[in-house]
Amino acid sequence: MASSAQSGAHGAQGAGVKRRDFLYLATGAAGAIGAAIAAWPFIYSMNPAADVLALSTVEVDLAPVQTGQRITVKWRSQPVFVAHRTEDEVKAADDVNLEELRDPQADSARVKKPEWLIMVGICTHLGCVPLGQKPSDPRGEWKGWFCPCHGSQYDTSGRIRKGPAPANLAIPQYAFLTDTTIRIG
Amino acid sequence: MSEPAWKNPAVKWIDERMPIFTVMRHSAIEYPTPKNLSYWWNFGSLSGFMLVLMIATGVVLAMQYTPNSELAFDSVERIMRDVNYGWLLRYVHMNGASFFFIAVYIHIFRGLYYGSYKTPRELLWWLGLVILILMMATAFMGYVLPWGQMSFWGATVITNLFSAIPLAGKHIVTWLWGGFAVDNPTLNRFFSLHYLLPFVIVAVVFLHLWALHTSKSNNPLGIDTKGPQDTIPFHPYYTVKDLFGLGVFLIVYLGVVFFVPNFFGEPDNFIPANPLSTPQHIVPEWYFLPYYAILRSIPDKLLGVIAMFSSIFVLFALPWLDFSRVRSARFRPVYKKVYWLLLIDVLVLGYVGANPPEGPILYVGRIATAYYFLHWLVIVPLIALFERPKPLPTSIGTPVLGAAAAASARTMEKA
Repeated sequence: MASSAQSGAHGAQGAGVKRRDFLYLATGAAGAIGAAIAAWPFIYSMNPAADVLALSTVEVDLAPVQTGQRITVKWRSQPVFVAHRTEDEVKAADDVNLEELRDPQADSARVKKPEWLIMVGICTHLGCVPLGQKPSDPRGEWKGWFCPCHGSQYDTSGRIRKGPAPANLAIPQYAFLTDTTIRIG
Repeated sequence: MSEPAWKNPAVKWIDERMPIFTVMRHSAIEYPTPKNLSYWWNFGSLSGFMLVLMIATGVVLAMQYTPNSELAFDSVERIMRDVNYGWLLRYVHMNGASFFFIAVYIHIFRGLYYGSYKTPRELLWWLGLVILILMMATAFMGYVLPWGQMSFWGATVITNLFSAIPLAGKHIVTWLWGGFAVDNPTLNRFFSLHYLLPFVIVAVVFLHLWALHTSKSNNPLGIDTKGPQDTIPFHPYYTVKDLFGLGVFLIVYLGVVFFVPNFFGEPDNFIPANPLSTPQHIVPEWYFLPYYAILRSIPDKLLGVIAMFSSIFVLFALPWLDFSRVRSARFRPVYKKVYWLLLIDVLVLGYVGANPPEGPILYVGRIATAYYFLHWLVIVPLIALFERPKPLPTSIGTPVLGAAAAASARTMEKA
């Protein structure tokens, strides 16, 4: 009888320890998940707010932009470069062996109409605005854009050719509403 | 420690319920300090003074500043022109950041020379590095608040560092900005965090002091104190020494505040932020220049960012990279030489960071970057392995008193 009482007590104790372990883990896990869920609104509140997102499209009239001219438009508080390219510039962008590019992309894949190059004017290195919009700006060896911060150079298709930037200048979503109007975003 | 008998009944009443006066007496008055500390040991308390001064001026400045991208620049100019003593408070705060870093960098290099990071002070060293990282974040966000051209483009370049993170990088940057570029939401959150982080620093400073008072101060000989004959109470000996050092420090600091307040500034920051035009030459504040040089020396974006952050993270491993059991460079002839080489290397990196990365500067930057990591990861462990240190004195008193006198001082103390 003594032995059965002992084994009973032992059994109860063994099961108790396991049950306790499970309860500790389950409580801890529930607490951790709850804390993570509670933290989410705090973290997500720092993402762009509805009014910031609402500024996401802008329409541009291209009619006054002459051949060879480059203009800057503000979209989502970022500069967008709109370049009315000359035939020479288009030809220079086309006549490139894609294998020598860091971020290979054909010029035709970067434009909807060859004479209009539309891209986000932010260097893909660390976010500076490259020079080259004004005729007096330095434009680099490939006559495109030149970033003054760390010396990245882009060609007439906005592709990275030299310097630390890893990628070509980004192409935003845009559509031609008419022959001379675009909507960016 | 014997319980001090407090005579003042009010003090006694409080102390019995919460021994705050006993703790203060224990850690700020009686605290046994090695009797041979040099003036290089002033820079801890100087850093503490600067932290308090930055918080005091910052709290008052925040009463006048407006964290809005349309109004921020003008509100800072209003502080400078219209607010009573606004010019003084702002110049003290603005130059205070520079002098806070001067004090902290000297404090760190003191620790490197005398081996203050070695056992049993590893945790103390780590907490100091955490304070440094928090300071850098705070200083960076504070620099953005005046919303000048350098503020804006500095913020753009530094936040863009996170875009180098594979896959999530772009989302992280958008999250940091609260938009698609550095803009009003970014300015608002930077202001909030710039106000918060100094108080986090205060908390970590308390942990730093707790660790210090557990393992006790290192000293120029780098040997352990062997008993009461090697120490003196913190007050009045080191309170007075620290106050004298503070006076000298303030002469230099306030000299800059009153006579060349824009010495550390950038002319471009007097131009309001313009998101469509990047200044020709973006430079961070001087205290970030060596890290910036490391970033730019690596031709790959992600690796550059990793190298820059590693330049501080490598210091966390220092107590194990330098496993020589002799602390002070006084007794380490080889380590002492490379210590000065490292200091020169860091100054060269600072010079490189201030100049455009072109021509010879680019190569100097690459060599200096390579040497920086070589120092911690190869040279320091090799020295720990092969160096033959000079014999250590038997006690803190020996080098001054001679062995016999130090021994007799010890017996007198015991008698």
